[in-house]
Amino acid sequence: MASREMTGSEIVLKALIDQGVDTVFGYPGGAVLPIYDAIFAQNELRHVLVRQEGGAVHMAEGYARSTGKVGVVLVTSGPGATNAVTGLTDALMDSVPVVCLTGQVPTHLIGNDAFQEADTTGITRPCTKHNYLVKEMDDLPRVMHEAFHVARSGRPGPVVVDLPKDILMGKGAYAGPENFPHRSYRPATKADRDRIAEAVELMAGAKRPLFYVGGGVVNSGPEASKRLTRLVRLTGYPATVTLMGLGAFPASDPQCLGMLGMHGLYEANLAMHDCDVMINVGARFDDRVTGRLADFSPGSKKIHIDIDPSSVNKNVPVDVPLIGDAGEVLGQLLRAWKARDPRPDAAALAKWWKQIDAWRARDCLNFADSETAIKPQRAIKRLYEKTLGRDVYITTEVGQHQMWAAQYFRFEEPNRWMTSGGLGTMGYGLPAAIGVQVAHPGSLVIDIAGEASFLMNIQELSTAVQYNLPVKAFIINNQWMGMVRQWQELLHGGRYSESYTAALPDFVKLAEACQWTGLRATRPDELDDVIDAMIATDGPAIADIVVEKEENCFPMIPSGAAHNEMLLGPDEKAEAPVSEEGMVLV
Amino acid sequence: MSDTERHTISVLVDNEAGVLARVIGLFSGRGYNIESLTVAEVDARNALSRITVVTVGTPMIIEQIKAQLDRLVPVHKVVDLTNEGAHVERELALVKVKATGNRRVESLRIADIFRARAIDSTGESFVFEISGSTEKLDAFIGLMEPLGLVDVSRTGVAAIARGTEGI
Ligand SMILES: Cc1ncc(C[n+]2csc(CCOP(=O)(O)OP(=O)(O)O)c2C)c(N)n1
Ligand SMILES: [Mg+2]
Repeated sequence: MASREMTGSEIVLKALIDQGVDTVFGYPGGAVLPIYDAIFAQNELRHVLVRQEGGAVHMAEGYARSTGKVGVVLVTSGPGATNAVTGLTDALMDSVPVVCLTGQVPTHLIGNDAFQEADTTGITRPCTKHNYLVKEMDDLPRVMHEAFHVARSGRPGPVVVDLPKDILMGKGAYAGPENFPHRSYRPATKADRDRIAEAVELMAGAKRPLFYVGGGVVNSGPEASKRLTRLVRLTGYPATVTLMGLGAFPASDPQCLGMLGMHGLYEANLAMHDCDVMINVGARFDDRVTGRLADFSPGSKKIHIDIDPSSVNKNVPVDVPLIGDAGEVLGQLLRAWKARDPRPDAAALAKWWKQIDAWRARDCLNFADSETAIKPQRAIKRLYEKTLGRDVYITTEVGQHQMWAAQYFRFEEPNRWMTSGGLGTMGYGLPAAIGVQVAHPGSLVIDIAGEASFLMNIQELSTAVQYNLPVKAFIINNQWMGMVRQWQELLHGGRYSESYTAALPDFVKLAEACQWTGLRATRPDELDDVIDAMIATDGPAIADIVVEKEENCFPMIPSGAAHNEMLLGPDEKAEAPVSEEGMVLV
Repeated sequence: MSDTERHTISVLVDNEAGVLARVIGLFSGRGYNIESLTVAEVDARNALSRITVVTVGTPMIIEQIKAQLDRLVPVHKVVDLTNEGAHVERELALVKVKATGNRRVESLRIADIFRARAIDSTGESFVFEISGSTEKLDAFIGLMEPLGLVDVSRTGVAAIARGTEGI
């Protein structure tokens, strides 16, 4: 198994190539210069030079989530590693497979407060799925391959490999991935057969069933979405989708009730509240979905498919846990359902659908359009309509625009929607879009942004230019940290403390200064032309959409409230003021 | 909130750098309790260590703790000894008592009842070694307190299932 002696840096690159990596998002520095030497000497791996390491991790996330492959990051020791921490946490929360290589001071200096030393494994232990510090040359090939195995297996996540400079410069033997089966980490992928039978029984007897579809379906791969779609259609049951699961079930399907949760659709949340059998496929009962736990879907029996046993019974007790990969378990369920060939209660289901249709008739996404100002909802709706049928990928920043994007942009396929769900990281969208574009050079990649979030990783404008990446930024510019303003209006007595950004840059001039195309719409009649022009631009473009400043995002379940206590629009006030318990919630 | 329970959990892990930090970080980061934690290598050939952790929580939290431990990459096995049934738990303590006269005699008498051994003595002090259940050690230390307790060092709980099966 041993081959000729190579340097540590060469071993690192060889391992990356053997793991199928084609692109690394990185930024150099003293501790990783040996790897940059090795990169200089080869042509197989593409290196994308970012402008700040935080951007690199989000790019790797965008790359990973739009391809299903592991995203790879390379940063130097100390500040390079600490700058990566937000992105690593983001990837952990949203289960994104990322391998992040960090430089480290040479092993004999570790612990000496050497220049640019940081305890990277210590700092990143709670924000990675796993991490390694390589102290022996002989461990390097195994650790490199294990890192990829851990990042992509089971519930995916970020893995850090900390590489001291003497290891990178030392010599050793390389061995390929086939030499290192993992000693302890082999997550189960298929669910228990008895449990499958129980689940099918429960589903077959349901009177008010509901599929609750999460990001686990996307993570499992496109086949999982296909199986889910088949199962949902076979049963005739309704399905609601989480923020992370958008696209896992086609939005245009008549059985799709759309997104649920804090800013989810009326029909989705009420169906969740009233259902009698819930089939959770790869979702994790996040607090943004459940609202007040005590009143979450109180009357339902719950089936929960999850590859991570620690997600089961964490917030919400379930009746039938199915531990395994979403795609595999859906395959098992499909076969068991077909074999049993049940006849669900048609009258009960007809009644359930009638109820759902009544909820749908409330048309909760309807909004009061304006002749004089561009409504943010309208901007996103038009963007959706004008990109319909195109090969399009959407990323977002965090805030109201993100929720409007989730509501008004409709996804038919998985891997088309990249958003920071668990961590809610402002500044995610632009670098993520760049990462997506690297993986899909010919596609239309759009970051639906808020102006405040967009500034958080604005430096990456220049990365897009360097690599001819024609990403588009569609800024819903309300001049406010809109989501903060909305909470201050609804929950904090209208005390708009520090949520207004004075002295915003002129985004058109900023675009031009960075060699992007800059466009702007300020009136409703300019909107369509600007969207067309943005799409038609060959290179990267910012469309600064100056929207109604004080629009709120509805529907909304106020924090600490239950699904049947949602606010549908600006004219509704919560029945009771938000409770004290609600006020402490984020 | 349902009632809390005390559970003794055995965890078989790779004996590698950082593994204890991972376990402890899991407990502190997620707000779980640690009543006692012991760790030592138990299988040098396969470089495996055994961690015994005694924790308190509601049944749902105990299940969470086990699932969270189990998904740590270097963890091979998690066994809830409290759930699995019959098992034995032992703890060892070194207890220093400074006493003269009657109190010195009394401390020796109590040590005898508890089957503690004096492993060091000076004219005015003893170091006792005692092993047994946590409750027994607590009781012994409690009795030594008024007699001149100076110092205690405890190992924390080591535990193992009864019967023929290994972990
Ligand atoms: C890094 C980070 N800091 C702070 C927050 C809290 N936060 C959530 S939304 C928001 C405002 C976002 O403003 P903008 O990007 O303009 O979006 P809008 O809500 O106006 O659409 C803030 C500050 C966050 N999510 N992330
Ligand atoms: Mg804004």
